[in-house]
Amino acid sequence: RLCLNQTSVFSLSVYYTHLLWCSSWWGGVQMGPPDPILGVTEAFKKDTNPKKMNLGVGAYRDDQGKPFVLSCVRKAEAIIAAKQLDKEYLPIGGLAEFSKACAQLALGPENEVLKSSRSVTVQTISGTGSLRIGANFLARFHPGPHDVYLPKPSWGNHTPIFRDAGMQLKAYRYYEPSTCGFDFKGALDDISKIPEQSIILLHACAHNPTGVDPRPEQWKEIADIVKKRNLLVFFDMAYQGFASGDIDRDAWAVRHFIENGHNIVLSQSFAKNMGLYGERVGGFTVVCKDAEEAKRVESQLKILIRPIYSNPPVNGARIAATILNTPELRSLWLEEVHGMANRIIKMREQLVAGLKKNGSSHNWQHVIDQIGMFCFTGLKPEQVERLTKEFSVYMTKDGRISMAGVTSGNVGYLADAIHAVTK
Amino acid sequence: QGSTPRAISIVPQAAPVAVFKLTQDFNNDQFPNKVNLGVGAYRTDEGQPWVLPVVKKVEKIIVHDDRLNHEYLPILGLPEFRSSASKIVLGDNSPAILENRVGAVQCLGGTGALKIGAEFLRRFYNGSNNTKTPIYVSAPTWENHNAVFSSAGFEDVRPYRYWDAEKRGLDLAGFLGDLESCPEHSVFVLHACAHNPTGTDPTQEQWKQIAEVMMRRKLFAFFDSAYQGFASGSLEKDAWAVRYFVSSGFEMFCAQSFSKNFGLYNERVGNLTVVARDADNLKRVLSQMEKVVRITWSNPPSQGARIVTITLTSPELFSEWQENVKTMANRVLLMRSQLKAKLQALGTPGTWDHITDQIGMFSFTGLNPKQVEYLVKEKHIYLMASGRINMCGLTTKNIDYVAESIHEAVTKVQ
Repeated sequence: RLCLNQTSVFSLSVYYTHLLWCSSWWGGVQMGPPDPILGVTEAFKKDTNPKKMNLGVGAYRDDQGKPFVLSCVRKAEAIIAAKQLDKEYLPIGGLAEFSKACAQLALGPENEVLKSSRSVTVQTISGTGSLRIGANFLARFHPGPHDVYLPKPSWGNHTPIFRDAGMQLKAYRYYEPSTCGFDFKGALDDISKIPEQSIILLHACAHNPTGVDPRPEQWKEIADIVKKRNLLVFFDMAYQGFASGDIDRDAWAVRHFIENGHNIVLSQSFAKNMGLYGERVGGFTVVCKDAEEAKRVESQLKILIRPIYSNPPVNGARIAATILNTPELRSLWLEEVHGMANRIIKMREQLVAGLKKNGSSHNWQHVIDQIGMFCFTGLKPEQVERLTKEFSVYMTKDGRISMAGVTSGNVGYLADAIHAVTK
Repeated sequence: QGSTPRAISIVPQAAPVAVFKLTQDFNNDQFPNKVNLGVGAYRTDEGQPWVLPVVKKVEKIIVHDDRLNHEYLPILGLPEFRSSASKIVLGDNSPAILENRVGAVQCLGGTGALKIGAEFLRRFYNGSNNTKTPIYVSAPTWENHNAVFSSAGFEDVRPYRYWDAEKRGLDLAGFLGDLESCPEHSVFVLHACAHNPTGTDPTQEQWKQIAEVMMRRKLFAFFDSAYQGFASGSLEKDAWAVRYFVSSGFEMFCAQSFSKNFGLYNERVGNLTVVARDADNLKRVLSQMEKVVRITWSNPPSQGARIVTITLTSPELFSEWQENVKTMANRVLLMRSQLKAKLQALGTPGTWDHITDQIGMFSFTGLNPKQVEYLVKEKHIYLMASGRINMCGLTTKNIDYVAESIHEAVTKVQ
């Protein structure tokens, strides 16, 4: 006997409708290509060669090739744990003591901008989140051309971030392949032709992917020409402290531009210099005309943030703030950052020494001249492919290697491999 | 000072978000018996925030585990978090999970999950970049729903009838009417349980009716589940609607938040659960969501996800968590029954059954704006202009004052 009550009538009708219409909403969705940078690590993980090397993503490794948790971070975590803090929502703009310390780190605590409160800094989801908020802000409020000029080449994720925010991407010459160095003349030439009020993005230090930075005298000339063209400067500083080992030296360009009268916007990341990658710690700063303008800008940044993630995660920001605001931890941090930068510098020297020893006829000076986590080797795509296929050395197609993945234990192998594909 | 291209000078001051302004005003108020019935965060009977005991335990485990580091998570998040979080809402033995057609994206809170879902839908749903697809949100709804979808590019965010102010309950006829008359393929944002702000949920029978129309008219179900466990005290009960839709064969999204049920508000722990027709469709969907994540925040924060994962994957800790959740749900239920009892005892005009009929953190009291203003200004009791109160703001110590004040407001102010 069939008993159909209301309940089963409904279920059946839904079920039969479903049967009649069994296709998917997503039939037309294509498979997205693997991320060019993060995809390298995926491939590396699958490789069974014991000598394999991951020189892809820019995450620091110690001389044993292991992830490095800074002591100052562990100490800060212990301090925070002892405080038994609650888990209430942060304000939309983030942890106030973090934002303040973040701005001071970049600008220097005595900076006139901070003293007159004419900037706003919001906590962001690391560097990516900062660039995204910045891009959205410019898309909504920048009255000049919505053209963002990136150095050629730039970090792979810059383009899709700005594009998705509705900006157009253009480029200025930057890297000179024939010298593996800075194309200063080309850069000045291109910048001098950028239409007024456009946006120019500058890597504050340790340019990614090339490791090629302008010298201070060159920065001065760039600042002058940018001023002449009346461009809005967007600084991306993801490696403060990590480049030279000295946080003030690495922030020199940012501070010079501000002194020179540019009201910049600035993205900062603490992923690398504090090893807080997965905690997503960053900041976005807008230097304004005065305190009143800064308040208006802050209110609009909050409007942009709220529909993306409401308010930022506390853990990493609290660690960073504790480190920056506790004198002993801050000193310890500066030492450890110096240590990381030094290890990278040493690996650069050892790699070049190894190549020379192998009898390489090429000039590898650029490996030492370049700065920061990355090295633009100058290797061509075919050579990169051989390195990966024959030697299990993983890097991005553009010939970029992360020096952080090089250790005293494997630098010899790397020198052999590079020599083999370039001789 | 500085030569800004007139760039920033035209940036207007934006209005503050209402609920945060309310808390700010509360904080500035010097009145000793002030009460905050605004922001949606749990409070103990002492009126204090509550870090769940199981969370404290797990945080200690994390801090002492030397094997853990701060490396990047994958773009889509911690794999064990994503799968255990999806299991929580769909059930361990969900046929969809067993059929390998459930995936997830770890996101920054419920907001982040809604955001990634919205961005994906704008790009790939109902055509390509079809910004004209109507997005329906309940009238009323959480105030950020509108902004999430419009900032994702949708041009047409509309209300569907939901709250019947006169009868202080669900306007089912209106809801079903909007489902029948809306354009095909419209997206409906559905509150899985403990509707915010009204606390009024459809019954199971009503959900079945809703599902039937949605399936027949090819409407997209996007669930917002911010209170699972918190509403009734039972995870299964609070997930009933979501699971019914899955078993009915919908392809759908469910934005999950662990802010309230884990008390992890500031760690931003959320999960976008994706139920697709089959594994192949799922794979392609996730690969595209990955691209959206990469240009938004690259990869999600690890701390909160670790806490949730360790808890959900340990039988002991999981039980403890369920107990902690029941503690919160039960305190809210107690405050509801006590408030109603006191209003009835005072003989406050009107019926107050809705206080106990409604579920979850919030109650739509039915107080009008003038009465709300009276409460805020004269009695230093802070609540939203809509008449929404957060039950968690009530304690055994302030409930008499609140009941008496509501009585005053209702009798003095019309």
